[in-house]
Amino acid sequence: MALVLTQEQSLLRDSARDLIGDKAPVSHLRHLRDTQDETGFSRDLWKTFAEMGFSGLLVPEEFGGSGLGCVEAGVVMEEIGRNLMPSPFLATSVLAASALAQGGSAAQKSEHLPKVADGSLLAALAIDEGAKHRPLMTRMQAVRSGNGFRLEGDKAFVVDGHAADLLIVAARTSGSAGERDGLTLFLVDPRARGIGIERTAMVDSHNAARIKFESVEVNADGVLGEVDQGGGLLEGVLNIGRGAVASEMVGVAEGVFGRTVSYLKERRQFGKAIGEFQALQHRAAQLYIEIEITRAAVLKALQALDKDAANAASAVAVAKARAGSTATLAVQEGVQMHGGMGMTDQFDIGFFMKRARVCQELFGDNNFHADQLARMKGY
Amino acid sequence: MTSDEDTFWGGRNTHFSSEGQRVWFERMRDKGWTVPHWPKEYGGGGLDGEQAKIVRQEMAAIGARPPLSSFGISMLGPALLKYGTDAQKKEHLPKIAAGLIRWCQGYSEPNAGSDLASLQTRATSDGDDFIINGQKIWTSYANYADWIFCLVRTDPAAKKHDGISFILFDMASKGVSTKPILLISGRSPFCETFFDNVRVPKANLVGAINRGWDVAKYLLQHERAMISGMGERGVGRPLGQVAADSVGTDEAGRLEDPILRGQIAAFEIDEAALACAAERAIDLAKAGQGHPAFSSAMKYYGTELNKRRYELLMSAGGIDALEWESQRSRGGARPRAWLRTKANSIEGGTSEVMLGIVAKRILDLPGA
Repeated sequence: MALVLTQEQSLLRDSARDLIGDKAPVSHLRHLRDTQDETGFSRDLWKTFAEMGFSGLLVPEEFGGSGLGCVEAGVVMEEIGRNLMPSPFLATSVLAASALAQGGSAAQKSEHLPKVADGSLLAALAIDEGAKHRPLMTRMQAVRSGNGFRLEGDKAFVVDGHAADLLIVAARTSGSAGERDGLTLFLVDPRARGIGIERTAMVDSHNAARIKFESVEVNADGVLGEVDQGGGLLEGVLNIGRGAVASEMVGVAEGVFGRTVSYLKERRQFGKAIGEFQALQHRAAQLYIEIEITRAAVLKALQALDKDAANAASAVAVAKARAGSTATLAVQEGVQMHGGMGMTDQFDIGFFMKRARVCQELFGDNNFHADQLARMKGY
Repeated sequence: MTSDEDTFWGGRNTHFSSEGQRVWFERMRDKGWTVPHWPKEYGGGGLDGEQAKIVRQEMAAIGARPPLSSFGISMLGPALLKYGTDAQKKEHLPKIAAGLIRWCQGYSEPNAGSDLASLQTRATSDGDDFIINGQKIWTSYANYADWIFCLVRTDPAAKKHDGISFILFDMASKGVSTKPILLISGRSPFCETFFDNVRVPKANLVGAINRGWDVAKYLLQHERAMISGMGERGVGRPLGQVAADSVGTDEAGRLEDPILRGQIAAFEIDEAALACAAERAIDLAKAGQGHPAFSSAMKYYGTELNKRRYELLMSAGGIDALEWESQRSRGGARPRAWLRTKANSIEGGTSEVMLGIVAKRILDLPGA
């Protein structure tokens, strides 16, 4: 398979680029931030996403989606990243859609997936508990109780957790922190008794929440996949999310890089464009090369998630790690090369820096994935 | 990089280091797979891009070394396919594919390194011939080569890029001499090459007279693509495994040296990503979406990465990687290879020249 977008994928990219560039450029995020918008994203735009078929991209056709793959989801994520668009796309259309499609019972799928596809259901994945992403370290308890389970524990960094109509929660039904066995995924109604949701205002003005579960009762039919065997399902879903966030970071890096190269050509000091200085030329060229290499690694991972399951995990680790370090480099170089203007809130560069920092932490930073890769390779 | 002993270069003085090397070469040659993507009429495999990719991937999957390493394949061949006359293609390409003639590259001169276009080797017209005088340097394996592709100045009055021609001649010609240069690795892969009234037929010009710079630049793109791939092959076992053997692992199977482990993992991530970028560059070119200057980007990254690889290999090997002569160390293979890699970011255009090309030709920065 060629490591380039197919014609159909390029067309999808063009329509996502046109739509998002038109309706949700960085000024859209700035407006949501400045008005302290309660939702944190635009529900109208989400409707448009549904009408365009984006929200159901990963939903199988029999449930009203378009049954496309991770490459297509990545194409949309990259445009989201380029424009820093806050959108339920990641939590609902990528993570929840994958979790339901891969782990859901027939009843769960037919109840939820059509609503994901038509944009009427928002979902959120509740995994992280500590400061760093360590899914196997999940401590949250799910104890058998009557016909179901009782959930007890705290979740953090739940993307769109405050707006979700459905939570997908990882909890421990057996074993102890650090073990892969004993994890179970649950579908939980966020309005259930015992749930406390705190929207956390984040540095990047995107959505996240801390969620407390105090004796929350869940029926047995709320189990997604198999009891105690949720680790594999979770890992698969997280890898799709990692590929998607890696794509978003390529978009973030490109967004900041494009602005920076333009600035190098416009800004004049010492009587010439600062882009004439070799010191800056070489830094810009290095950044370009880093981005191009990362773009290739990310596309490789997305293709592997769709068609080459055996190599997907290592390809994803490479992609997410590369995307993390490349986006981090891009935003730092972006601010530096913009000089004092890069430090101002008036310029958009700072928004990119903030989003890149959040994307690094989302589903494991570059160090996490370097460690994962080393484990996979046996050292 | 593969060591010299593992590499078969072909040429008039063909030498196989092992029977296996000979059999592998001959079988691949007979299928045209020393150059899978060249046309069959020139000794190639006649494969299209997708098929050639499959051959490359399958060879990589079984850890196969290239059956024939050759500057004829990686540098001259592409330039001849684009700029050569029919007669030149028919004369030279099949001999390259079959490993019969070993080529060297006459580009750099003592005063023309990064500023290659300032080269001074002169070719003066004499009837149907040129008379060539001057000196080249850093000519890889000139002392083993049968023929040279060479940049010469044919119009000293023209602007520096406009008076250069690209010409081919036999290294056995009267007036050609070579002198190996001893490097920090203790080896002499490069030579000084001297031309003293060397007579070369004008029919050996590739491309038009005084238009050699076009051919030279085109060839350089291929050279840079080749150099960027140096780190990808023949290293054998993954770096993490090599380190695990020498440094040791803890009860969880992790390297005993956690900081080295992190550095190696970060390296292997970049290495895997570069392999993706190399694959993508070929696929983009095939789709007509490639940028001709992208080989400079790959050259920069691939060579810097290869230097990192050998720094880590030396670190992982510790004192065992310091032996210079023992049989145990295969004659100091690792430290010599480590030192050799330091040239990677110099030869074929320095890293700084590569970044300048990217800034100018891809990013379109002013005054670059």
